[in-house]
Amino acid sequence: MPDAQISDKSPAAAPVPEKPPIPQAAAPKSGGEKPETESNMYPVGIAGVDIHQSRRDVPEGEPPPLAINDQLKSIGKPTPRVDGRAKVTGAAKYTADVKLPGMLYARMLTSPHPHAKIKSIDTSAAEKAPGVKAIHLLDHTFGMAQEKGEEGNKYPLVRFAGQPFAAVAADTQQHADNAARMINVDYEILPFVTDIEKAKQNDAPLVFAGQAEQKGTAGGGGGPAGLSQSGNVRGPAKGGNKQDGGIDDAFKDADVVVETEYHTSVQTHCALETHGFVADWKPDLLTVWASTQGTGSVRDELAAVFNLPKSKVRVITEYMGGGFGAKFGASNPGVLATHLSKKAGAPVRLMCDRKEEHLGTGNRPSSNQKYKIGAKKDGKLVAIQCTNYGTAGVGTGAGATAVAQNIYPCPAIYTEDYDVFTHAGPAAAFRAPGHPQAAFGFEQSIDELAEKLGIDPLALREVIDQSEARSVERKIGAEKIGWSNRKPAGSDAGPVKRGIGMAQAIWYRSSNRDSHCEVRITQDGSVELLSGVQDIGSGIRTVLAQVVAEELGLKPSDITIKIGDTSYPNGPGSGGSVTTNSITPVARDAAWKVKQEMLKQIAPKLGARADDLTLADGKVASKSDPSKGMSFKAAAAKLDTEQIAARAQRVQDYPVTEDQQQQQPQLAEGGGQRRRGRRGAGSGGLGGVQFVQVAVDTDTGVIKVEKVVAVHDCGRPMNPLTLTSQINGGIIQGLSYALFENRILDRNTGLMVNPNLEQYKIAGAKEMPEIEPIVIEQYWGRSSTDAAGIGEPATVPTAAAIGNAVYNAIGVRVRQTPMTPAAVLAALAQKDSSNGRSA
Amino acid sequence: MSNRTDRGGLSRRGFLKGAGVAAATTALLDRSVEALAQENKESRSVVGPGAVAITLKVNGQHKDFQIEPSATLAEVLRVHADMTGTKIVCDRGSCSACTVWIDGKTVCSCMTLAMDARGREIKTIEGLAQGEHLHPVQEQFIEHDAMQCGFCTPGMIMSCANLLERNKQPTLDDVKQACSGNLCRCGTYPRVFEATLAAAKQMKGGNGNA
Ligand code: FES
Ligand code: FES
Repeated sequence: MPDAQISDKSPAAAPVPEKPPIPQAAAPKSGGEKPETESNMYPVGIAGVDIHQSRRDVPEGEPPPLAINDQLKSIGKPTPRVDGRAKVTGAAKYTADVKLPGMLYARMLTSPHPHAKIKSIDTSAAEKAPGVKAIHLLDHTFGMAQEKGEEGNKYPLVRFAGQPFAAVAADTQQHADNAARMINVDYEILPFVTDIEKAKQNDAPLVFAGQAEQKGTAGGGGGPAGLSQSGNVRGPAKGGNKQDGGIDDAFKDADVVVETEYHTSVQTHCALETHGFVADWKPDLLTVWASTQGTGSVRDELAAVFNLPKSKVRVITEYMGGGFGAKFGASNPGVLATHLSKKAGAPVRLMCDRKEEHLGTGNRPSSNQKYKIGAKKDGKLVAIQCTNYGTAGVGTGAGATAVAQNIYPCPAIYTEDYDVFTHAGPAAAFRAPGHPQAAFGFEQSIDELAEKLGIDPLALREVIDQSEARSVERKIGAEKIGWSNRKPAGSDAGPVKRGIGMAQAIWYRSSNRDSHCEVRITQDGSVELLSGVQDIGSGIRTVLAQVVAEELGLKPSDITIKIGDTSYPNGPGSGGSVTTNSITPVARDAAWKVKQEMLKQIAPKLGARADDLTLADGKVASKSDPSKGMSFKAAAAKLDTEQIAARAQRVQDYPVTEDQQQQQPQLAEGGGQRRRGRRGAGSGGLGGVQFVQVAVDTDTGVIKVEKVVAVHDCGRPMNPLTLTSQINGGIIQGLSYALFENRILDRNTGLMVNPNLEQYKIAGAKEMPEIEPIVIEQYWGRSSTDAAGIGEPATVPTAAAIGNAVYNAIGVRVRQTPMTPAAVLAALAQKDSSNGRSA
Repeated sequence: MSNRTDRGGLSRRGFLKGAGVAAATTALLDRSVEALAQENKESRSVVGPGAVAITLKVNGQHKDFQIEPSATLAEVLRVHADMTGTKIVCDRGSCSACTVWIDGKTVCSCMTLAMDARGREIKTIEGLAQGEHLHPVQEQFIEHDAMQCGFCTPGMIMSCANLLERNKQPTLDDVKQACSGNLCRCGTYPRVFEATLAAAKQMKGGNGNA
């Protein structure tokens, strides 16, 4: 399988200084004064295309500009994971593996009914069951929309099958499982609705009788607040520049109009490690091991629920087995585990089982998107309209119009998103919330527009797309996939037809200012970095080691990375692809500061000036007198005290001027695109273009994805090895979404019929295409590392690209996910019958 | 399914069948219901309820346990032996995260009763390396980044390393077949293939680039 291609060519233009200029004033001014800025030149542009120097006024105390990757030693080099050994030997301890002395095991009790009132709960038999130590009943369900005025009820109303409301802790898992079954619940069963079309009708059973709201999460779940609600339909959430009217008029200027419709099904996250917690309640400290994407978010929720100061809650996530957006906060299992631990006076482990995981811990909402797109003959967009209805079950946030709103500039855009409540598990943020479904609809609609205009889909995007990165990516990808050999739709002879398609991604380059690090150097020469940030599999642990190693002239393996613990400085939650953008500049800032301190202390001992010293290749050396120098270890031994340390926090993105924004629209705050993220430190756009080759068997309806070429940008690539792993992952989840995944609810019982991993099919080894991930190196000059994320953009366009390739293969659109064999055959049959009619 | 060992009287499948629970999908069953019933009849020694003493040979060492007869091998390894490298993901034979070797063949330890592993050679991820010396598949998994969150990784490695025991010159399709039961939600498959082919090459004899 080909590896990543990180351009290692020297940039064609604009030389980068050999050594970054030393800023005039390095040390921050002491107290009270207005922060000063200093002005430096930063590399900006795309490596191999054009790199030039651009001026930025940055806060004083920032490290000097970092050269582009090919001039660096650690950053940008493919670096195997520093925790690889722990992972391949089974030594890595996940929450599911934590075992404390005297620890109890818990099992939740969940509702078997989709809609019911709990009249009474009898726990007497369960209390007497063998090994039982504690039982807790919830008076509130977390992680779903809340109806105003319901807070006083003794038991929460059951609104979906799988809703947890109690848990038992016992000495063994088997005892806990048995006892949970012995809790007697008297339900008053109520009428329910799980079908979105039925739920929209006036006489449908109501999921929420009154106004319901759901707070957004750090990962981007939940929907906008305060929308109108009528029956089960909430919305519209409006978007675009024509929210106050005028969209109909705008279409008058169009030479060509396409109207399209696309549907996507509900997808569940299926992280291999389920949601789970080990809670250890002690009077002076609550310690919780959590399988989470945000140690801070778990701490914050538990502190609020149990009325504890945040300083008395410690959350630890050393390793976690996948989250994909659904693992923020403590939610029901975390709150239950903590209650049980408090009651039992012993640590309690609560891991959801696979069925609970499917039913109640989150999903990607469905969508039903209707588009109307108008364009001039030359392809220029004049108007875009989209209406979407989706269900997030008992949650909100089924929006799927973000791609239509944000990817291509257009003088008239109007979108409406409606959430339709159903008696089904709540949605949660899921890798690029709203975007894969939106791209599936919108990027296929753009191909439909291209066809109607008689313009090649790639050529149309050259006309409508402003993104410099995507333009470069299209060229690279088109070449690799052999776009020029692409045949007319459905033109292959024989039953197995091949096709090529492409689609584009949009995501946002956002970050979280709540990102802190401490870097320490100890006299024995050891170096460590501490931060609350967690590694959810993206490899941030390794990237942090690279950053510190780069600054201190060491190897990544020399750096000890201690993360995933709220007793370290606050780390960002890993949602919205913010982690690398948020925390790597902080790591560099802290490493640079501690380096300055080290050089200051060592300089007199070497008889040199501190600003004449450098750290490189494991040594301290004088720039002017090469005879003066010593190993890093020897230098550390000469520190004045046992340990020196520096802390840093994420600064705002370096500001850019109006002129610079005009030259590069993506540099703009928001970049004409939505600003996301909690306490964002600034944002801009990310692109990504994927090309797909498929083979469709028109006899069986089976789609085989044969090849994917994915060309992405994420600012400065930090670790090409783990980065391309994430791109593979995004593509594979997108492929799985496009072809297989569907949470099936039986409309007669309201129950999920496939809450497992054999009937809820996710992509496996046999379905793997050849995948070629390619990363372009793009510099913005916006932070001390200039890095951005990749996890989400990599999954945005895949399903859409497969859809476009399928159309190219068989000449008919399959307008839904999953594109099952049955759906393919149905689409082919429809085409045949309409051909028959017209003939 | 030919490499799933399931001999002995108290297989979990037999147990589930006996309890009338059709939890395992029929596709996973490699023997007929009649054969299972016959086998159960022949070996109807009564154990439990309540803990029984058993000895298992894990990674070459004999270990004594007090376990419920219904306990799976996965559970005993994780809870009683404190060997948590073996993961439980579905607990019903559909993901292979719990893959271990019994007498040199891969099995889902969540579908194997610990009782049935008595007298067999059990190898887990913890026993794959020779001391500090990693198995070539482990080494190449690190080198090729065949892991993200790492939760499927032990099971993946046990499947791929087992392939190389059986087949010194695997093709790409052989590797896909060997780990076709191993689910990975992070999407490490392409790197798993690369790593395993590279390991075959490293162990000499593999063509490594089929
Ligand atoms: S945990 Fe054993 S196969 Fe899934
Ligand atoms: S690496 Fe996360 S599931 Fe495979």
